[in-house]
Amino acid sequence: MTFQEYTSSVHNFEECMKCTICTAYCPVVPVNPDYPGPKQAGPDGERLRLSDPLFFNRALKYCLNCKRCEVVCPSGVKVGDLIQEARLRFDNSKPKLRDRILASTDFMGSMARPFAPIVNAVTGMGIAKAVMDGVLAVDKHRTFPKYSSSSFEKWLRKQESKQGSYPRQVAYFHGCYVEYNNPQQGKDLVKVLNALGVGVQLLEGEKCCGVAAISNRLEKQACKNAQANLEAIGKAVAQGLTVVNLSSSCTFAIRDEYPSILKLDNSAVKDSVVLATRYIWQLLESGTVELRFKKDLKPLRVVYHTPCHLQKLGWSMFSKELLKLIPNIELIPLEQNCCGIAGTYGFKKENYETSMAIGEKLFEQIRKANPDIVATDCETCRWQIEMGTGYPVRHPVSLFADALEDPLA
Amino acid sequence: MNEFDVIVIGGGITGAGTARDCALRGLKVLLVERFDMSTGATGRNHGLLHSGARYAVTDRESAAECIAENKILRKIAPHCIDPTGGLFLTLPDDDLNYQGTFVEACKGAGIDAEIIDPREALAMEPSANREMIGAVKVPDASVDPFRLCASNLLDAKLHGATILLYTEVTGFIMEGSRVLGVKTLNHKTGEEGSYYAKITVNAAGIWGMSVMEKAGITVGMFPSKGALLIFAHRVNRMVLNRCRKPANADILVPGGTVSIIGTTSTRVPLEECNNPQVTPDEVNLLIGEGVKLSPTLAETRILRAFAGVRPLVSSDNDPSGRSISRGAVCLDHASRDGMEGLVTITGGKLTTYRLMAEMATDMVCRKLGMHVRCQTAWTPLPGAEGHSFKETADTIWRTPANKPEEPDIYGDALVCECENISVGELEAAIKHLGAGSLVDLRRRTRMGMGTCQGELCGCRAARILAREGLGDKALSDLRSFMAERWKGIYPIAWGDALREAEYTQWVYKHVLGI
Repeated sequence: MTFQEYTSSVHNFEECMKCTICTAYCPVVPVNPDYPGPKQAGPDGERLRLSDPLFFNRALKYCLNCKRCEVVCPSGVKVGDLIQEARLRFDNSKPKLRDRILASTDFMGSMARPFAPIVNAVTGMGIAKAVMDGVLAVDKHRTFPKYSSSSFEKWLRKQESKQGSYPRQVAYFHGCYVEYNNPQQGKDLVKVLNALGVGVQLLEGEKCCGVAAISNRLEKQACKNAQANLEAIGKAVAQGLTVVNLSSSCTFAIRDEYPSILKLDNSAVKDSVVLATRYIWQLLESGTVELRFKKDLKPLRVVYHTPCHLQKLGWSMFSKELLKLIPNIELIPLEQNCCGIAGTYGFKKENYETSMAIGEKLFEQIRKANPDIVATDCETCRWQIEMGTGYPVRHPVSLFADALEDPLA
Repeated sequence: MNEFDVIVIGGGITGAGTARDCALRGLKVLLVERFDMSTGATGRNHGLLHSGARYAVTDRESAAECIAENKILRKIAPHCIDPTGGLFLTLPDDDLNYQGTFVEACKGAGIDAEIIDPREALAMEPSANREMIGAVKVPDASVDPFRLCASNLLDAKLHGATILLYTEVTGFIMEGSRVLGVKTLNHKTGEEGSYYAKITVNAAGIWGMSVMEKAGITVGMFPSKGALLIFAHRVNRMVLNRCRKPANADILVPGGTVSIIGTTSTRVPLEECNNPQVTPDEVNLLIGEGVKLSPTLAETRILRAFAGVRPLVSSDNDPSGRSISRGAVCLDHASRDGMEGLVTITGGKLTTYRLMAEMATDMVCRKLGMHVRCQTAWTPLPGAEGHSFKETADTIWRTPANKPEEPDIYGDALVCECENISVGELEAAIKHLGAGSLVDLRRRTRMGMGTCQGELCGCRAARILAREGLGDKALSDLRSFMAERWKGIYPIAWGDALREAEYTQWVYKHVLGI
């Protein structure tokens, strides 16, 4: 027989066995009764939508796109992708101005930077929050991430010759967060890589990865960014460079969502785009480099939270293993739970309560552990945990950098 | 109390349509069905509302009937019909010259057939074979035969008819050469009954043959088995046909959430009619031919296989069955066999059921000396706009378009997640359509017809039946429901379908202990 030769359908959603484990693991289902759950929204809904597009349910917008459903699916169904694709294909309502603003991380960042102190002060004020809540439906409980007046790219460009002097080289996809909000995190990575004898280069023409544009149904914008990034990454890969990134969601978008949701072919570069933690760990494991930690490190109690997209990538062990190398550290890995923010999702007024309710399980764990600091690889998880628990949160690489001996000036 | 103007034997579409027509013309009607509605050929076909194009070249009369009925049903039963349109593809294997003959014949029969560019056809139907060399657009459509049958029964009931399901005719009450009524056995209660009527109509499909034997009458029938495969999702938007003389497995119909390829045509012994089996050869043939219409079928999950038996009639002077009419046959056994009070309506097609009902009812009225005009050609069925039952029907057959604005947390809860069937729909089917078991519910609502084939909905629906006081045989009911699901999975049990079946077995056996 030349037909039906595969044991499973090429139509991925048909491989669903209706075991419903995805719905059992969905963080939204227990807290928002309006959300039909991943099984119904994904593979079940896909069949119904194919029979009549009217079956498209607006409640799909409650999906966090956390991909936990895909992690647990025993049949390899791309449940989360199905839901995001359905939103792109069937929801023909216009994305709100608010959603455009939230999704345009790089545009907003470059606008805000020259006035960073003012912008930060204003977005932090109660009155401004009330206005954003009323006019834009950005929840008033949220504080916008602070913008930085300095640019990471500019900082790194200034040391081009220094970075070029290292025997090994990587390209760094820094993402919007490092560029506009937290250049220090990028500098921390550069410190670690330099200590390992690796010089850091910028990509030529990096754009926002587009993960926020995808979840806000700005498909065109997402594709435009993705194409620019694939070109920039392609150039670096052609020079034999690995492209590293600190953000699990940016990395996940570039590696997995570009082909699955935006239908862009990234096969030429996919394997060369990795999380910096993985790159560092593999370098250390190769035994060719040595690290020198500070001598007088105080005991540090750290809880580690695995972001959902990192769980999906399957690489959280690299972050945890790196943290374990820090002398005098007490590392408590948390049971994986969604923090509830899911990028721009939690900023939206209509999702605020859901977002905080989802996070409660994680917050409770953190409060119980009462750590000195929380470590996690995702910037939006960081905002959510800071807001939900009051504990300080940093990237594992930043903690690692702090523990390393400062280079001789 | 046991006396009627007319008794109709058979709860398929022909019987249901005849009962409705009789009731609308003011007759006191009894319908008896030995199992449930649409258990025979009515529930075992493509669900294709023929435009007639398929018969245009070979059987112009049937073609003309089809297109006329096609137009009528779109008006009176829009809730059962999905106006998909259809395409007749000429593939590289086929003779493109046939296309001209075909279109001419269609026009002659009054069918709106339009030759279109293959590229245009591909844009309309992306799943079609890209290698097609010709395409003709016709007004084919897809029809939900279960819903159509239920609507007819319901309307008959609303017009005073009595419907007895699970009631088998065990014999005729006769006086000389006149049939006075029927003796029955109720399979649920074990009760026997006698019912009297001036006329009895045999609308029992292929089983009409054995029913008539009870009156000592031979109707030569030709049981012709047709096997079909159901694909797990709606692959095509339009009905796909081959533009050539009718042959095996050359129609792919999109119906609801699935697509159905068929059929075959094999004579089977009468004993097999109760339980027609699909053979591995038939499965191979169906996939092999189906792939030619829509190549993606080669890689699409198959949900189940099923077969039905066409009630073809051997013409009276040709008992060998060589020249078989596919049109409807209405027999007056008084003139044919000297048996008064007995009429047979058979043959025909799902698409022409209304016309068959009209023919049968006309004959009944003639024999009763009545002159009442048939109204079914323009009177909407329950569920259609303009019928008083529309609102209630909307609760049974919910669509995204008629779903009420106000959410009802309990009623909207899904029982069948694959087919999106809610608690409210099942309750309405129990209340208004006489569903008394899980299989009954499936025929009335599509519950359990989706990907999981009863894995999740079976027990949930059993609970709803129990709440309505119908749960005394819940366990055996569940068993027969699941056994019937497995019957269809068995012939195509490989890959995902097998995994799903194994998983279902595990859930039932090891989790639920059933």
